[in-house]
Amino acid sequence: MKKRIVVVGNGMVGHKFIDNLVNHADADQYQVITFSEEPRLAYDRVQLSKYFSGSTAEDLMLTSEDYYTEKSVEFILKDKVVDLDFENKEVITASGRREGYDKLVLATGSFPFVPPIPGNNGEHCLVYRTIEDLEAITRSAQQSKIGVVVGGGLLGLEAAAALKAAGLETHVVEFAPRLMAVQLDEGGGKLLRRKIEAIGVKVHTQKATNEIVAGTEARYRMNFADGSHLETDMILFSAGIRPQDELARKCGIQVGERGGIVVDNNCQTNLDDVYAIGECALWNNRIYGLVAPGYQMAKVALSHITGGSEQFMGADMSTKLKLLGVDVASIGDAHGATPGSLSYTYSNDVEEVYKRMIVSADNKKLLGAVLVGDVEAYGTLQQMCVNGMDLPEDPNCLILPSVDGAGMAIGVDALPETAMICSCFDVSKGAICCAVQDGARTMGDIKAVTKASTGCGGCSALTKQVMDAELVKLGVEVSNHICEHFPHSRQELADIVRIKQIKSFDDLLDQHGHGLGCEICKPAVASILAAFWNEFVLDKKHIGLQDTNDIFLGNMQKDGTYSIVPRVAGGEITPDKLIALGQVAKEYKLYTKITGGQRVDLFGAQLHQLPAIWKKLVDAGFETGHAYGKSLRTVKSCVGSTWCRYGVLDSVGMAITLENRYKGVRAPHKIKFGVSGCTRECAEAQSKDFGVIATETGWSLYVCGNGGMRPRHADLFATGLDDATLIKYIDRVMMFYIRTGDRLQRTSVWMENMEGGLDYLKQVVINDKLGLCAELEEQMAYNISQYQCEWKTTVESEELQKRFKHFINADVPDNNLAYVVEREQIRPATALERTNSSIQFVELVD
Amino acid sequence: MSEKPWISVCEIDDLFPDTGVCALVNNQQVAIFRSRRLDEVFAISNYDPIGEANVLSRGIIGSIGDEVVVASPLYKEHYNLRTGECLEKPEYTVAVYPVRVDDGLVQVQA
Repeated sequence: MKKRIVVVGNGMVGHKFIDNLVNHADADQYQVITFSEEPRLAYDRVQLSKYFSGSTAEDLMLTSEDYYTEKSVEFILKDKVVDLDFENKEVITASGRREGYDKLVLATGSFPFVPPIPGNNGEHCLVYRTIEDLEAITRSAQQSKIGVVVGGGLLGLEAAAALKAAGLETHVVEFAPRLMAVQLDEGGGKLLRRKIEAIGVKVHTQKATNEIVAGTEARYRMNFADGSHLETDMILFSAGIRPQDELARKCGIQVGERGGIVVDNNCQTNLDDVYAIGECALWNNRIYGLVAPGYQMAKVALSHITGGSEQFMGADMSTKLKLLGVDVASIGDAHGATPGSLSYTYSNDVEEVYKRMIVSADNKKLLGAVLVGDVEAYGTLQQMCVNGMDLPEDPNCLILPSVDGAGMAIGVDALPETAMICSCFDVSKGAICCAVQDGARTMGDIKAVTKASTGCGGCSALTKQVMDAELVKLGVEVSNHICEHFPHSRQELADIVRIKQIKSFDDLLDQHGHGLGCEICKPAVASILAAFWNEFVLDKKHIGLQDTNDIFLGNMQKDGTYSIVPRVAGGEITPDKLIALGQVAKEYKLYTKITGGQRVDLFGAQLHQLPAIWKKLVDAGFETGHAYGKSLRTVKSCVGSTWCRYGVLDSVGMAITLENRYKGVRAPHKIKFGVSGCTRECAEAQSKDFGVIATETGWSLYVCGNGGMRPRHADLFATGLDDATLIKYIDRVMMFYIRTGDRLQRTSVWMENMEGGLDYLKQVVINDKLGLCAELEEQMAYNISQYQCEWKTTVESEELQKRFKHFINADVPDNNLAYVVEREQIRPATALERTNSSIQFVELVD
Repeated sequence: MSEKPWISVCEIDDLFPDTGVCALVNNQQVAIFRSRRLDEVFAISNYDPIGEANVLSRGIIGSIGDEVVVASPLYKEHYNLRTGECLEKPEYTVAVYPVRVDDGLVQVQA
């Protein structure tokens, strides 16, 4: 008979235990039953704050009912285990349900500590722990202008970010003299405070709240012990967590003096068949309030139950995170509590960076560190600390800004193969190296193969360093130089152009490159110059930089002729314009095809014909469609609310607005949009660089999708947007892409290679983490103001038209062109047809 | 061997710096390029033997190592502007023509 394992609590750690068990080699010997008092299965509590930046409860789920059913895991939601019957080995729930067990695993987690302050039970006094809490916070925030978070620790600051994101005037009230008192020292706490205050969150330290009473200006008034007070509409308590040990306590399982279910190295309680894991467990008189040690405990308990020998020996409590857009990290003995320990401190008020290392009395080993504002060193320092590695000869280099980029190089090579790089997914340095040896070349590859840095993302910089180091070992070139002429990446070149206000390729080459340039750097620089200064792309000084498609404003086809694609914004076209297109195509015998982007492509135009053809099109009211440019192609739309029975918003109108707004803006690669009028998604917006979908509450914005060779579903970026906010976000994302994307890098790859990924992009664009938003919008506004239809400009200028001749010294066409008829239209003759004298070729239009 | 005559094809100002043009000289299509940095003009056949089309004059010029090259606009192979050799596929070579600028006129022997 199968052994019955009952898991009480289905949080992150409880789920991890179950997931490990059902994937264990002996899984078929066990039957698992799990209880949760919450209405849903396990979700990602670490990413809870994402709920406020567009993620839904669904997005946060770590598993699904289908998955549990498939794996035969029995689950009971909304029913709390309230008693244990040790004699019959049964658990008893609030509803009276009894389930027998052979082994019992307590994964009851923790609960938020609410200080015993009179008045702490008001309707708008809330905590921050579950999705239900978040829903309550959202509701309350909608009826509030001011919000206070009680508690300036890690979770408190996350909660503050949520209030800030909800648009509230946000305050943090902390009892201790500094923020994040557990993880940071005085210097780090001070800088963190300064940075947080700079983004508009008010911090009050050394404040003990005596009582919460009715306010005069706002809903509540908090009276502090020092006589001061603060008025607020809502209060979030985030003053630490307490282990949820109620059940164990009631049933006589041993608990610690200050709470927590006592466990040994096997995660066993004082009862043989009862285990405790995660935040409810007390090991060595310590509670581990992080997810990675909880996962470790889940592994250990399962190992013990299934006859393995893994032991829990404590865990590293180092953390690295972004709080309110500020990078913060804490490693090991951050306070220098080790007797005799020494410290190194680097503090830079100008760049707002603080770093402190604690080293052993003999200056040989790293014991701990605090980093605020610049956490690049985290990976190296954390590994050095955990693995007990020797400090380098000059430990200063670990925290001093590197002058020539050499400072960090000591890191990854010195790490042992077993070093844990990604603790969320248990990925070692060796595993990453193996992936590289098996062909992984980019962060995207590494994430797909090993899952490293797909959890909290804290290890992404280190993962990349390990990958790069291994690539170097394999002799793979990891230089990010754009080509042999510039020792810089595209992004670096873009920064140089912008900061030094460089306006021509020659100036850039003189100052920062060598040689003559090539077909890689020239168009890339042209695109950068166009993106920042948006001058006419065919200005004489830029013309030699452009690919033939850009020079002749058409796409060269295999025989040297060009295609013509007028813009049909949103795919909306009048019958008259359609007729005009048909007439031109007919007159010049152009092969005509409808494109995937809802417009019409005309093929087979000879160089000298282009101005005449475009003159007719411009006269008929057409503009260039930029089918040749690294710029906006089309905004595909469905017909939307104006005609469709199901349409929610006017998708065609929005598509036309967007297409006209961004037409002509140059980018690292082409950009496609889609706008759907309802969630049936007929415009396939989620396969575009920018996808916009109408919902009852406004527009949803998706970013960085792709069709083509490597399809990628776009990521949901924000929901419930009005027209103005939608456009504002697109302006910012697009300009950030233009600034930071590599040459010929589509948005999908840009996103996959972005450190911090979607979250980081949201931070930059929605929360203005880099303080760049105003600049991005300005830059976009400038670009838009510089728009001109290059074909209109060309057909109005005799000078510009001069170039559109096959021969500079003769008015005859290229004699190499030959066409035959197929399905009533022309196509280039094949090599075989060309040698066949009996084939009748189509007479060329002069 | 009797020397072919110099044929004027255009004025130097018709040839924008760092771009190319195609000239018809004795029934041959000649791609002519002008490098601003080198202050020099080059002439090779306009026919791309790999793409099988008359397009080389519309390629971007530049350098690979010490060689001055044009990249075919079709499939981006590089042709040495001084020798006509294809850098990626040396089995392909295009004709190179003598070219000069005389009194503001670009002249080719072909």
